[in-house]
Amino acid sequence: MQDLLYFLQQLINGLTIGSTYALIAIGYTMVYGIIGMINFAHGEIYMIGAYTALIAITGLAALGIAWLPLILIVALVCAMIVSSSMGWAVERVAYRPVRGRHRLIPLISAIGMSIFLQNYVHLAQGSRNIGFPALIEGGFRFGSEDSFQTSISYMQITIFATTLICMSLLSLFISRSRIGRACRAVSQDLGMASLLGIDTNRIISATFVIGAALAAVAGLLLGMYYGSIDPLFGFIAGLKAFTAAVLGGIGSIPGAMLGGLILGVAESMTSGYLSGEYKDVVSFGLLILILLFKPTGLLGKPEVEKI
Amino acid sequence: MAAHNLKHALFCAIVTLIVAYPILGFNLVSSGTDIILEGATTQTVISVLLAAVVVFLFQLFRDNIMALLGKAPALNPLANRQPMEQSKRLKLESTILTLIIIGALFWPFFVSRGSVDLATLVLIYIMLALGLNVVVGLAGLLDLGYVAFYAVGAYTFALLSQYYGVSFWFALPIGALLAALFGLVLGFPVLRLRGDYLAIVTLGFGEIIRILLNNMTSLTGGPNGIGGIPDPTLFGMEFGRRVKEEGNTSFHETFGIAYSSEHKIIFLYLIALVLAVFTALVIRRLMRMPVGRAWEALREDEIAARSLGLSRTSVKLSAFTIGAFFAGFAGTVFASKQGFISPESFVFLESAIVLAIVVLGGMGSQLGVILAAIAVTILPELAREFSEYRMLIFGAAMVLMMVWRPQGLMPMRRIHIELEKQE
Amino acid sequence: MLEVQNLSMRFGGLLAVDQVSLDVQEHEIVSIIGPNGAGKTTVFNCMSGFYKPTSGKILFEGHEVQGKPDFRISRLGMVRTFQHVRLFNRMTVVENLLVAQHRHLNTNLISGLLKTPSYREREQKSLDRASYWLDRVGLLDLANRDAGNLAYGQQRRLEIARCMVTEPKLLMLDEPAAGLNPAETRDLNQLIVSLKEDYNVSVVLIEHDMSLVMDISDRINVINQGRPLASGTPDEIRNNDDVIKAYLGEA
Repeated sequence: MQDLLYFLQQLINGLTIGSTYALIAIGYTMVYGIIGMINFAHGEIYMIGAYTALIAITGLAALGIAWLPLILIVALVCAMIVSSSMGWAVERVAYRPVRGRHRLIPLISAIGMSIFLQNYVHLAQGSRNIGFPALIEGGFRFGSEDSFQTSISYMQITIFATTLICMSLLSLFISRSRIGRACRAVSQDLGMASLLGIDTNRIISATFVIGAALAAVAGLLLGMYYGSIDPLFGFIAGLKAFTAAVLGGIGSIPGAMLGGLILGVAESMTSGYLSGEYKDVVSFGLLILILLFKPTGLLGKPEVEKI
Repeated sequence: MAAHNLKHALFCAIVTLIVAYPILGFNLVSSGTDIILEGATTQTVISVLLAAVVVFLFQLFRDNIMALLGKAPALNPLANRQPMEQSKRLKLESTILTLIIIGALFWPFFVSRGSVDLATLVLIYIMLALGLNVVVGLAGLLDLGYVAFYAVGAYTFALLSQYYGVSFWFALPIGALLAALFGLVLGFPVLRLRGDYLAIVTLGFGEIIRILLNNMTSLTGGPNGIGGIPDPTLFGMEFGRRVKEEGNTSFHETFGIAYSSEHKIIFLYLIALVLAVFTALVIRRLMRMPVGRAWEALREDEIAARSLGLSRTSVKLSAFTIGAFFAGFAGTVFASKQGFISPESFVFLESAIVLAIVVLGGMGSQLGVILAAIAVTILPELAREFSEYRMLIFGAAMVLMMVWRPQGLMPMRRIHIELEKQE
Repeated sequence: MLEVQNLSMRFGGLLAVDQVSLDVQEHEIVSIIGPNGAGKTTVFNCMSGFYKPTSGKILFEGHEVQGKPDFRISRLGMVRTFQHVRLFNRMTVVENLLVAQHRHLNTNLISGLLKTPSYREREQKSLDRASYWLDRVGLLDLANRDAGNLAYGQQRRLEIARCMVTEPKLLMLDEPAAGLNPAETRDLNQLIVSLKEDYNVSVVLIEHDMSLVMDISDRINVINQGRPLASGTPDEIRNNDDVIKAYLGEA
């Protein structure tokens, strides 16, 4: 019974982390689906979202506002606005001018951007990690008082619910809206879409903006969940999210969701049963294995090499 | 048109404000357990506003500015100069290089200890960058975990000396070969991946190696690292005040000169110099050999290369292995120079710095890479207040180079081959 | 020397090539023609090892080669060009030809690093071969230009020269006349015939330029919608009702 409860606890923790990975992974997967590049700076955009949210929360506290829903909504909106502007600007400055060149060039540009943004925040806000207030406290507990208890915190429930809402809105947006349909057309065939009169530049910008906005949501959620942030925490999270995207099949939105959840669970099981030190080894190992044996991921479409 | 420009310029200016103001304009400060928000200095706020104005004006007059810039090269007196004849150029280059090497041999005897130490570090970076240049610049394989091979070299020497008392000169080839072996083993499965996947996978490998070094505490000392790594010896002569190993003599006693800790520093510098020159020469030769041409061919068009009978795996693997070999070399020298190593020295940042050197210098160009290694290592030391901004500037420079000059500051020049007409 | 038996290639639900057979004898130019999208290039891609055929056999000099890696097939002496020229653009013209001789020069690293006499000799031989073929296709003066800076017609010729320095037995040309002007096409015509006559190379040709095909082919295979439609000498093909229908239908 105890073992089962312990297992359940790891599962819950894993799914929580996993759903935030999924939110970040959307940004990788959509950008890759449309222009076929890895947006290396995406992890940094997520990190900036977390910082902006924290700045907004602290600012509101200084103004004496204590009504939780208002604080959360303002923080979320601020983070989304700043992150999406950042996403837009990054594409404009670092990616658009090199689009269509040799594959290595946009990739190096993206790595440069990632290093730049990391140090931008580092210089502005210092390199120490900063405490992030846990605004949502408490939770449910299962199991007897004197042995192991499985708990689900309200924070975890918030994370699940928010992820679910974001994903549903995204699918609705992609399938129903005009921009969403254009996105799908561009990801099928960029050249053809532009011949058909779709403003591909605009669609590509939109992809970056959407991806960044979702990353900002993840930034706020994970900041509250972990309780502290620092300028480097976007880098590892970005790698994890990328792994999730590849695992699910890069280019596929449901794949990103699935990949995120699997990765989150794999990590928390490693922490729970092996050692927390090795959870990164497990996720990178998983990434390498997937790329070697099933590069199209779980839900991705195979690519035919064109000659 | 004007209205559209104005709208766009306004939009860009607002985005600049949104992107810059919240992060730069407010500082999160911990006070006790609480965090409070402080406004930034007026100076920062003004700079942010100024930046927005600049962006606004640039976007508004973008067309005019671009037209002006288009004319600019015509004003450049060097733009139309004829390239020097190859034979002349090669002679000039080799003369300059010989002079530089001779200068580098004698220079350390006249400068401060700190400068020599820094110069040794520069030489280590030159070795690393030349090795990565093979992988990234010539073979077109983006390796983001290059520092892992550097770590293998350094840890090989550290562990061998700690457990078996192996000296620098034995450890040097072993470290390099072991790093090459790692390259071979890690490279074999991953090199058939497409370029961007390869980048991520190598990054993952680099991180895994670092995490393992951190956690295999019983072997590697974990985060505490390994200390007491011996200095190199010169034909059995040690450079310490007292001889540590039996059978060795000490350098200052043999030559009857006063002991000076500078001898060791200079000796290490000279070793690094010789190894760096060796690295440059070997790679230069490889570039002109079939294997070097095969690397480039695969970078240019993999499908065409395969259709001509080049095996993708073995060509890529050779580049990967040779790059790793020289990283192992550099790692051994680094371990000896520091006397102490820990996983701290082998983080992703190091890979990024070496990559920045290769990109700035010019992918494929040896001279460019060497100059970039010197600049990138020395500039932050010269201007201390600037060293804080080092990585920020590297990042920005990588982006700007890719946008404006992807071939680097000193692009690679192709060798001119004289052909005789065949009947 | 080459025999393709009942070759089929399926991509997902699409049967791109269906039961195609053809054969090439020594000292022969065989063309594959057919409307756009008929699957000609797919046949080539299977023959040169870029695709693994779904079913069927490809025999080269009696050995089964289907499904072998592309670089092994090319080392056996079957070399191809591409519909869209694929040169090593940022390498010089002569370097393009040296790369192609990699396997002739594939010696160990040490002899190259030390520049041993046998290494120098081999290096000189491959330079001579490169020089010969550059002269042959009229590019000797441009030997040190970047391949990417050549004019289109010159790039086409360089691609053929690059195949020839590997000393192939069978040359596969994928639309070599595409984008050439009439004078260049005439030169190409002579070059291909000379490859067969003077260098004893068999040629498989995919081409849309009918006058070129009819002029130089010994035999022609027609493919339509992935299926073999007809095969025979140029005269037989010219008068074949199915072929006429397929082509008129397309127009």
